[in-house]
Amino acid sequence: MKDLELARGITRRQRFLRDRTLLLMTLPAVVLLLVFNYVPLLGNVVAFQEYDPYGAGITGSPFVGTYNFERLFLDNRFWEVLVNTLVIFFTQLVLFFPLPIALALLLNSVLNDRVRAWVQGIIYLPHFFSWVLVVTVFQQMLGGAGLIAQQLRERGIGGFDLMTDPGFFKFLLTAQSVWKDAGWGVIVFLAALAAVNSELYEAAAVDGAGRWRRMWHVTLPALRPVIALLLVLRVGSALNLDFEQILLQRDQVGPGAAEVLDTYIWWTGVRTGDFGYATAAGIFKGVFSVLMVLLANKVAHMLGEQGVYSKR
Amino acid sequence: MTAVLMDPQGVRETPLQRIDRTGRRPVWEEEPTRIGQGLKGVSLVAICLVVLGPLWVVLVTSLSDKKTITEAGGLVVWPGTITFEAYEALLSGGAVTRAALVSVGLTVVGTLFSMAVSVLCAYGLSRGNSFGHRPLLMLLMVTMFFGAGLIPTYLLVTGIGLQDSYWSMILPSAISVFNILVLRAFFMGTAPELIESARIDGAGEWRILLTIVMPLSRAVVAVISLFYAVGYWSQWFNAMLYIQDSDKYPLQMILRQLVLQHQVPPGAMGQAVSSGALSSLAVQMAVMILALIPVAVMSPFVQKHFRKGMLIGAVKG
Repeated sequence: MKDLELARGITRRQRFLRDRTLLLMTLPAVVLLLVFNYVPLLGNVVAFQEYDPYGAGITGSPFVGTYNFERLFLDNRFWEVLVNTLVIFFTQLVLFFPLPIALALLLNSVLNDRVRAWVQGIIYLPHFFSWVLVVTVFQQMLGGAGLIAQQLRERGIGGFDLMTDPGFFKFLLTAQSVWKDAGWGVIVFLAALAAVNSELYEAAAVDGAGRWRRMWHVTLPALRPVIALLLVLRVGSALNLDFEQILLQRDQVGPGAAEVLDTYIWWTGVRTGDFGYATAAGIFKGVFSVLMVLLANKVAHMLGEQGVYSKR
Repeated sequence: MTAVLMDPQGVRETPLQRIDRTGRRPVWEEEPTRIGQGLKGVSLVAICLVVLGPLWVVLVTSLSDKKTITEAGGLVVWPGTITFEAYEALLSGGAVTRAALVSVGLTVVGTLFSMAVSVLCAYGLSRGNSFGHRPLLMLLMVTMFFGAGLIPTYLLVTGIGLQDSYWSMILPSAISVFNILVLRAFFMGTAPELIESARIDGAGEWRILLTIVMPLSRAVVAVISLFYAVGYWSQWFNAMLYIQDSDKYPLQMILRQLVLQHQVPPGAMGQAVSSGALSSLAVQMAVMILALIPVAVMSPFVQKHFRKGMLIGAVKG
């Protein structure tokens, strides 16, 4: 492209002048990204400093090498939090992931257009709710003063409160995620289902395959690439649980069950002021996430799927 | 779901509509059994109830008077006496009124700001051979893969003095690179011949953007605006991090205080509650409904545009 234009006799300067309006248009976005994404990226040097938020700041705080990382890796609390994060992640993965697929299969089998559109309209709705709203809805249903506790109390059973039960917390989080996003997750699978060539079903039916065998041999293979892709993405963001959702309930449930890596970073940094330590934990999280994506993608390739990026 | 991508070719039919969906069963498919049909119906109804049931209880309780709530023992499932007292008390001034106004203001200003920046950037990068567009694209995309992390961002925002400023709830997450890329893909797909001829006729970039590209991309601009708007309305985290002054709290902060932390912000409920004429439960529910209404209103529009075919799964057919 460049050679072509040089051949046409347009210099870089001329191209710049020609496109200056376009460049000007990108300027606000570029400035925003530089300030709020790139500058903080550099701010990660705090992880190697004895950061003093009230005096010296980033430029003046002394460098302490890998001291913060040593503290992090020798801290039992950090490893507990990491394990807790992964436990919550796997609970969510196992219990949440199959639901949108099942819902999509169910919806796809509904022939009546209007019924389907209505059901879709309803199950997509909670996706647009804020986490604050979702958690408050759950509080009013499952909390100590909620609907179910109230019904039980009338029947003489007291003490029901799922919202503050540490042992139940990971299932509570899953239930909230399902309520909010399982419906929305259907969209991808519905699109994949709609793309299946219906002649395949017809041929299978003519060959005597029943409803379930058609699902097993036609539908599921068609969904496989999507499932693999979403699984890879999901595993890659294993440490990115819904931060707001957990932080909102951290006080009620207690940091024993509700502390995950993100809330831990927030707590040690913003709340207790140990910014170097918290930033080190943040860097660990970033590196760990990248490794998870690479690993998940590798597994997807080994299973013969494409994953996020393809093998060259 | 990041795997859901927009169709850059512009509005077109979804695969769903290409299939015969008139409700006829293909001839080769066996007739469903009674039990099968019944189970399907029951599960569909159950799913819808799980979503709508809690919202119904919240709505009905917010509209109940004190007597009905006491008789029901708390939450009201079957409506008794209907009253708008809770809403009147909340919206007649005080902390909730203020917070609702802050949220509305944030949503309007934030969405306009985000859209202006995003549309300009998307258009600026939509010419395939323009000066420097490749490095600029790289600069955008890198941020999709490398987040800076919570603490450095926090230190920056507080460091440049945005604490307790409304801008701290807008600027740090004002643009989504993903949305810009979607807009750009649409702009690139809009009638290159029209743009070319306009340019030959002497129209400048601003004019092309405003009079040709924008009117042709109304649908995608609408959907992206709604996404930004829902994001601003739902925002809680930035407010929690950066806003200490309770006069600047958005609605989500108040909702959390009221329902999850059992704190009553001063002046939130007006005279009616403190004098005991109004149930505090009804007030909680009314705040939840206030937080819910805008998104519930927006959701059908977003969905309508999806169904029109703007949203295509990133699925190879």
